[in-house]
Amino acid sequence: MPKPIATAGAPGRRGGRAVLAAFILLAVFMVLPFGFVALNALKTSADYNAHGPVALPKAISFDNVRTFWNLVDFGQVLWNSVLISGCVAVGAVLLSVLSAYAIGIGRVRGRLWILVAFLVANLLPQEGLVYPLYYLAKQTNLYDTRLAVIIVFTVIQSAFGTYLLSSVLSAFPREILEAAKIDGAGVWRTLWQVVVPVSRPTLTVMLTFFFIWTWNEFLLPLIFLVSNQNQTVPVALGVAQGEHIVDVTMQAASALIGIIPAIVFFLIFQRTLTRGVTVGSIK
Amino acid sequence: MATVIPGRRRRAERGYPLFLVPAAVLFVAVIAIPFGMNIGISFTRWQGVGPVQWVGLRNYQRLLHDSVFWASFWHNAGIVVAMAVVPTALGLVVAAGLFDFIGKRFGPRTASLLRACIYLPQVMPLAVMGVVWGWILAPRDGVLNVVLQDVGLGSLSHDWLGDPNTALYTVMAILVWIQLGFPVVVFMAGLQRVDPALHEAAAIDGASWRRRFWHITVPQMRPEFYVVLLMCTIAALKAFAPIYVLTRGGPGDSTDIPSYYAYQNFFEKTQVGYGAAIATVLTVLTLIVTTAFLVVQSRHQGEEE
Repeated sequence: MPKPIATAGAPGRRGGRAVLAAFILLAVFMVLPFGFVALNALKTSADYNAHGPVALPKAISFDNVRTFWNLVDFGQVLWNSVLISGCVAVGAVLLSVLSAYAIGIGRVRGRLWILVAFLVANLLPQEGLVYPLYYLAKQTNLYDTRLAVIIVFTVIQSAFGTYLLSSVLSAFPREILEAAKIDGAGVWRTLWQVVVPVSRPTLTVMLTFFFIWTWNEFLLPLIFLVSNQNQTVPVALGVAQGEHIVDVTMQAASALIGIIPAIVFFLIFQRTLTRGVTVGSIK
Repeated sequence: MATVIPGRRRRAERGYPLFLVPAAVLFVAVIAIPFGMNIGISFTRWQGVGPVQWVGLRNYQRLLHDSVFWASFWHNAGIVVAMAVVPTALGLVVAAGLFDFIGKRFGPRTASLLRACIYLPQVMPLAVMGVVWGWILAPRDGVLNVVLQDVGLGSLSHDWLGDPNTALYTVMAILVWIQLGFPVVVFMAGLQRVDPALHEAAAIDGASWRRRFWHITVPQMRPEFYVVLLMCTIAALKAFAPIYVLTRGGPGDSTDIPSYYAYQNFFEKTQVGYGAAIATVLTVLTLIVTTAFLVVQSRHQGEEE
């Protein structure tokens, strides 16, 4: 690609620097709130009151983080989020694989309408399901259990997964399926030994997204998980605001604790995430 | 070959529908039945326990005359502007700038680093973003007000979320900040699809960057544009978490949205029937928006072909 031509007509050299500066400013603005949180979460409240939020901490103190951690039993909360998101991610991928296999490769009759139904299920606002689900959970003794949240999100995420995977599998190379058939593989074995291994990249993207989407969910976990030992990270933090937290540095500590797992996922999955956004939106 | 395929198809057809059974069972139990129940409940007066009283369309009539509901509806229009319209428009400019200016002039590494910074809020739980901004905007000793005082703009310091006149705008500004990364990432991926020859030809003809943006980038990004706008609009209709964490719909009902108003009726006021009516309206609205988008999109695609 000839560079000079591609940028011809763009601002001149000095203008180029100005544009870069504007973008850096934007990036700083996007990251700044996280910086402020990190800066102040490790201060004592006396330090904060004396020197304000912009000053560097006089001494690094984990007191606020530790106090908040114990207050909401954050170790347990973190485990709940990992457990729920992990189970949902695996369950929803499995369910999507089964349904998408029937639709994309099996080409079952009425598949267009089945897909529309999955799409609608995925788009429905959870507000329209929340009260009946709450009521049914109470009836079946699943209220305030992590299992209830796992079941509901497995279904909701797999609605999107089926929609996406069906269109991916409908382009699955027919020769490979034929070859498996000639080797005597049945429908079931073809799925696990041919289709799933070949589709691994797509399934990895789905697994990552389901995990993070479920991690970030708020409304249904808020309704279902009332007791602290079952709560997820966003719910525990959201509920703690105004309930336990009076101190401005402790609020920063609580924010930091919520941000860190997300940053870890971001660093681990960055490539999958940016690739996945495109797979997910432009099928 | 032709003689093999029909037999294969027929035999295969028999096995495949079984793979839909688990999804079918779960969907009926978790989506279809609750959805039907919600519509049913919306025709009743019910406190969640005790007797259920059939009231027909009375909840919907009440909705029409409920000024809080209409206010919440307009607040949600503001949230759509903040989560869909502004980020999509701004995101397209940012993505184009990063892709064919920063990326080409300063290297793709620089562009993807900047993109990662802009995308960062998108990977966070909305509730956690609410905690962060609630902390920054704390009225007395929050970061923003302290900084404003430090630089001598103390007169601008303000209880941003606590004043009914500024609360909604403040929430909207936060939502723009949260949402911007999504369109940027999608548009940047889409821009890789555009044939560079188009830009080169236009540049040789002397077209400025701005003109090439309008006449090449914008029309080429049409498919991404619809998807982004649709997904952001749907997200805006479900902006429950940030409202819950930042303002709880207040002060007064100055930031209430239907999603939160339904929750209040379900779980705070125990007017379950009325809450179900609000939730049903919200659902219908979402489906209308989606259908409208899909219709417009397919019509435009039809024109192009």
